[in-house]
Amino acid sequence: MSLVSPADQQKLREVFAEMTRPVRLVFFTQTLECETCPQTKQILDELPPLSDKIAIEEVNLILDGDRARHYGIDRAPAVAIEYLNLQDAQGAQGAEGAQGAPSAQTAAGHPEHPVHPVHGVWTDSRMRFLGAPAGYEFISLVQAVLLAGGRPSTLSENSRRHIAAVDRPVVMNVFTTPT
Amino acid sequence: MAFVSPNITTYAVEATEFPDLARRFRVSGVPKTVVDEEVEILGALPEEVFVEQALAKFTSHN
Repeated sequence: MSLVSPADQQKLREVFAEMTRPVRLVFFTQTLECETCPQTKQILDELPPLSDKIAIEEVNLILDGDRARHYGIDRAPAVAIEYLNLQDAQGAQGAEGAQGAPSAQTAAGHPEHPVHPVHGVWTDSRMRFLGAPAGYEFISLVQAVLLAGGRPSTLSENSRRHIAAVDRPVVMNVFTTPT
Repeated sequence: MAFVSPNITTYAVEATEFPDLARRFRVSGVPKTVVDEEVEILGALPEEVFVEQALAKFTSHN
């Protein structure tokens, strides 16, 4: 049975319809000693039926440790959000590809980041979720998917200027509890 | 914020599932934001105040 009511499914379909590019939720899971992994899978699996632009990729934290390290993920359940960067595929030198390499190199050097069969390069949004995205966190997850999917930022001009001035790598952890 | 700056990575952490992280970052209430283990913000703030408090230490100019 679905965790999301038919009315909410319809609302989500409508907001997801505004997405301009595909989004991939990389779900890090493990078979043993992960109480909330099955719940997380159930929640994530609700999304792809609501939009052809949303896909889930399941990665085993233990068996595919390299992939997890690539995202700095060391526990499960965790979700890393990626989007298909259509500009990079057209030859632009990764305006948002901050984590280093030019796009062509990224595509060639990381088999886990293949060039999309159609066009584009999967790009890390650097938005991650640790723990099951249940309750209010589900809304945060939906917001993150929409941002990655091309929705303009709702932050004020002032905030954006301040954020853009950050001149070194910074990790922000936001702790919440289920509601 | 991660979307605006390529220097920022964000984690939304479910505190009760990861008590080790909650302890390490001294989470006594939620929402709690910890930036690079240096800046701690407990509770919700207006957007611009939050951005200013969270990132002031990590910008060379304003």
